[in-house]
Amino acid sequence: MGLEAFLLLAAALFAVGVYGVLSQQSIVMLMMGLELMINGVIVAGGAFWYHLAPGTADGQVLVLVAVTVMALEMAAGFAVVTALYRARQVDTTDEAGDLKG
Amino acid sequence: MAVVAFWALAVLSVAGAVAVFTVDSMARATFALLVSLAAVGVLFLLIDLAYLGVLIVLMMVMEMMIMAVFMIMFMMNPAGLMPMTMVHGRRFALAVSGAVFAGLAALALLTPWPARRGTPPPDPAHALGMSIMGPQMLVMMVIGVAILATMIATVVLATDRGRYDRR
Amino acid sequence: MTVGPLIGYAVTLAVLAVAAAAFDAALAARPAAWGSAATAPLREVARLLTQQRRRTVLPDLVLLRAGVWSLPAAAVLAGVVLPLGERPVAESAVGVVWFNAMEVCVWGAVWLTGWAPNSVFPLVGGYRFVAQGLAYELPHMFALITAALGAGSLSVTEVAAAQREVWFVVWMPVAFVIYLVSALAMAFWGPFGQPVGGEVAGGVRVELAGPDRLVFQAGRYALLVVASAAAVPLFLGGGAGPLLPSWAWTLVKTVAVLGVLVWAGRRVPAVRMDRFTQASWLVLIPAALLQMLVVGLVVI
Repeated sequence: MGLEAFLLLAAALFAVGVYGVLSQQSIVMLMMGLELMINGVIVAGGAFWYHLAPGTADGQVLVLVAVTVMALEMAAGFAVVTALYRARQVDTTDEAGDLKG
Repeated sequence: MAVVAFWALAVLSVAGAVAVFTVDSMARATFALLVSLAAVGVLFLLIDLAYLGVLIVLMMVMEMMIMAVFMIMFMMNPAGLMPMTMVHGRRFALAVSGAVFAGLAALALLTPWPARRGTPPPDPAHALGMSIMGPQMLVMMVIGVAILATMIATVVLATDRGRYDRR
Repeated sequence: MTVGPLIGYAVTLAVLAVAAAAFDAALAARPAAWGSAATAPLREVARLLTQQRRRTVLPDLVLLRAGVWSLPAAAVLAGVVLPLGERPVAESAVGVVWFNAMEVCVWGAVWLTGWAPNSVFPLVGGYRFVAQGLAYELPHMFALITAALGAGSLSVTEVAAAQREVWFVVWMPVAFVIYLVSALAMAFWGPFGQPVGGEVAGGVRVELAGPDRLVFQAGRYALLVVASAAAVPLFLGGGAGPLLPSWAWTLVKTVAVLGVLVWAGRRVPAVRMDRFTQASWLVLIPAALLQMLVVGLVVI
């Protein structure tokens, strides 16, 4: 399994995530799509570290940042959904278009 | 052996990812996502990243448990006892994600990747630790501040009462 | 890897789990009935093996099986990095993190077991455990990291080896106490037994009967055993001790910690989840951080 195999996996995970983000109405389901996209980034980061530059730890740091971003994204997303739901009993993207004229 | 393990985990991961958007039950969707994420964590054991792999499994289990709570809180039919779809623009989304996959896959296969520089250190976790406590300290500090800011912001957003308003 | 250590590990885990169950039965019984308490676990096993499964309306059977079976699986996998004597079943450079990751899988197992039967009380129990997990997990992690910091390694074997001169329990007592508290919470035992509490008719395990219940109960006892066994290499010097070989000392210390935990489970009153969360975040986390600061200063 070379670098290409890992990147194919990363591309597949990212693409499934993109589908989820674009197609899901519920904000929580949309966030699962975001998690999958970041999952793809994590795979790519680990693969780049191992196959291109294992001498330095930069690739590992990238993975660490991606994992943290994933947790923060989820926390912030749920806080926003909770606030939104409390204000307007809304949890889908279609009904949350606040800035639409 | 490693090749078989890689492809098995890769297929498991993508299958989990697809299952997230095809199953009806929210509990199943959450745990399908967990399967997808944990498979990546196990995959990292194959490329000498034991620490990061185990860390991913650890964090994702906790994250998915919290996610499950919110999923079930917000969805109208969490157990999926009746089939349902809550999607918009399905064809457009499928087309875009297909194009994204094709583009990224072409990029991955056609790019002349540079040759490998260096070899994995005997203890990658140690190298990571030395890196984030040394040259990459700034990254670590930014992460720390970002986590703190997120904690405060999420509590402010999600709560509807003040500190002294105990119930 | 040879089969020998694997069999040894499995047998030890099973024997200790049964012993813990017997001791717990003895604590609940009057002195006159202590004799029958010794065989109580085995009789319970026989009873559950012949009992019929209970069916609920529209259960999610896939998730139920996954939840029930992943409880013992998590306990067994968490234990493989713990050395019984000199060597563990599977040596890992990141053993401490592995142990932590596997015991976090218990969250998923308990919540799934509570969710899947499509019944109210198990669901209440499952949510209680998630809330409890959020309370105990951070102090627990800090306690584990403190031991790893003291040894300068994430490998459980190395942590045990670093205590040749002085046991970690001597100069990190706060971390040790926090570890024991979180071990009780992890196995939802005694004061933290609310997820399977009597006031919700048995919580998570209400709808479990027959083999399912047996697997779940065995998993819970295995978890308690593994949590006690981990305290030995992390804080109690591993196999260090006079005269006896190291495996014997590991066993003696494990049994001692296990005995204390089981005893505490019967003697300490139940703690409400929200109170525990408050105490955990306002007292245990700062205490753990201070302990880690002290250890960090000593190590430098």
